[in-house]
Amino acid sequence: MLSHGSGGSMMHNLIKDLFFNYFNNPLLNLANDSAIFPSFKGLTAFTTDSFVVDPIFFPGGDIGKLAVCGTINDLVAVGAQPYCLSAGFIIEEGFPLNDLETIVSSMATEAAKAGIFIVTGDTKVVEKGKCDKLFINTSGIGVLPGDKTRQPNPESIGAGDQIIITGCIGDHGMAVMAARNHLEGTINIQSDCAPLNLLLHGITENPGGIKCMRDPTRGGVASSLCELVKDKEFGITIHEDRIPVKPAVKGFCDMLGFDPLYVANEGKMLIFANKEKSEDIVARLKSHPLGREACCIGEVNRENHGKVVMKTAIGGTRVVGMLSGDQLPRIC
Amino acid sequence: MYPFEQYHSKALCQALVDQIHLMADRPLRFMEVCGGHTMAVRKYGIPSLLPDSIMLLSGPGCPVCVTSSLFIDQAIHLAAYDRMTICTFGDLLRVQGTNGSLEKAKTEGKDIRVVLSGLDALEIARQQPEKKIVLLGIGFETTAPTTAATILTARKEKISNFFVLSAHKLMPPAMEAIISEGIPINGYICPGHVTTITGIAMYKKIVENFGIGCVVSGFEPLDLLQTILMLVRQVKANQPKVEIQYSRAVKPEGNPKAMAIIEEVFETVDEWWRGLGILKASGLKPRDSFQDFDASEVFSLPVYEISEPEACICGDILKGLKKPQDCMLYGKNCTPDNPVGACMVSSEGSCQTHYNYAGIN
Repeated sequence: MLSHGSGGSMMHNLIKDLFFNYFNNPLLNLANDSAIFPSFKGLTAFTTDSFVVDPIFFPGGDIGKLAVCGTINDLVAVGAQPYCLSAGFIIEEGFPLNDLETIVSSMATEAAKAGIFIVTGDTKVVEKGKCDKLFINTSGIGVLPGDKTRQPNPESIGAGDQIIITGCIGDHGMAVMAARNHLEGTINIQSDCAPLNLLLHGITENPGGIKCMRDPTRGGVASSLCELVKDKEFGITIHEDRIPVKPAVKGFCDMLGFDPLYVANEGKMLIFANKEKSEDIVARLKSHPLGREACCIGEVNRENHGKVVMKTAIGGTRVVGMLSGDQLPRIC
Repeated sequence: MYPFEQYHSKALCQALVDQIHLMADRPLRFMEVCGGHTMAVRKYGIPSLLPDSIMLLSGPGCPVCVTSSLFIDQAIHLAAYDRMTICTFGDLLRVQGTNGSLEKAKTEGKDIRVVLSGLDALEIARQQPEKKIVLLGIGFETTAPTTAATILTARKEKISNFFVLSAHKLMPPAMEAIISEGIPINGYICPGHVTTITGIAMYKKIVENFGIGCVVSGFEPLDLLQTILMLVRQVKANQPKVEIQYSRAVKPEGNPKAMAIIEEVFETVDEWWRGLGILKASGLKPRDSFQDFDASEVFSLPVYEISEPEACICGDILKGLKKPQDCMLYGKNCTPDNPVGACMVSSEGSCQTHYNYAGIN
């Protein structure tokens, strides 16, 4: 158990040992106040995200895996190749040390899988009740190969572009929801949490044709599309019968009155692509385990400016609006 | 396989739509009185499939939407008691009382928790005997039996720190009130889940006294389209009657056991409905023999005459007289993030459903 104040330097060392042991890499091991590395050729992407998911362990992942993948995916969404992360921990006094070790170990596993280093970090222990178990912040730096004109850019979206999703939607949000209600045993849904650089590496160059990417986390696919189309001179049409949703996710959403379109994903990317290249992109995505269910779910058109319209599976039409408030609280 | 796949068949839906188009030779107005139906109708894009002559109206079917600001004020008042925990269903959090919502009270440090069932609240009472736990009982005949069963369990286990503040309501008085006011409708799409509990006897009065057909509907697209076709047929044949479309779930006699539990624990009282005013014998309050569990008897609560928010036309919307976009507040001063009227608060409310699924215009 972590005990605030009582451990002093002993506690500090214990935590430090834990992090150095698991995150072990040359930049971190120098133990400087800052990590130092050479500057990159081309453009650099920089992003940050904080993770407060409740519960911290859920089917298919934990807060640590999420903290690594979430920030990696933010880098991937702008076409960057992730390079390194920082990790800041705010730990509630009394938090079990073995749980912390499990989480740190899963961060190390994901980082290794994704081929990135966690090069700097920080730990604070706060009094009981001042935070809920464990909060993690990660920031990430990525490298954009080539010049700016070859990078995804939402301004280049235009009528005819195809909208691709890299797999089934709503898995993460509903896995967390099941865990929160102690239904993990009854409802078999795993979070899709995964580092997407594995799936998307190189795809911006070959076959190319990617106009824009969005990581549909909180608010789901619907909110990402609504944000992109707002105040624009184009509209978006999506087709309900093409959107991949696992039966268990659909069923659990029905039970709780949720719409999977608004449920968070942590291992999926929405891709706007040139019509001519879209089939190649889908084929390439499908050849990777993380993209088996990739498909084209809609297109950009000149109708319904600023709106997302859905053709429902039964042949009807409706507008897809922004989600207000939280459909699910604290899922990431 | 997704268990409801068979009720989403495009070919079957299209066949029903074709028949509706063939039969609908006059303007018709059908009203649903269930939040679940309001959502499903919009979610599946059903209005876009119907002929222009058929209009679907959303009646007072969302329990959150018809709840008074007084109830919210009373709940917030209770939350200020020492060692008090308020347990509520999530939808109620953002409903505005006179001075803010339960959500606001929560951010101010009051112990307000979202539960998925009354039994969750009872579990908190078991685990924290030093605290007082008040469950906000809300909903129609569908949820009233679970609240009643929770009270019975609390009594059986002699749990003395569990209470219910009841805003439970009954559906038939509201359905009758709407027709009594002369609001023109040609048929009721009756609430599937309410009817699984109540059975269909209550609709016979509506058919007999007002000559309006009642079809109990399920919630999948085929259910709703078939229900609409059944209502169109009734009107064309001039034979209003009670029919059950949702026969896989609804029995004519309902669920007598659940009805008996409601009867055992609750008595009917006159209740105020947003937009409809006070309706006789339309609310449920724990009987005198269950007074110890009735928060309105155990604690002193504020009471005042209830009024509607200014410029809000939720009442007319609930009655089907106006549409959300007729309201000057809609989409401007009143949005899901900042709801003025109750129909914008719940995801099943007419205004929020319209806002989410049909856009601002």
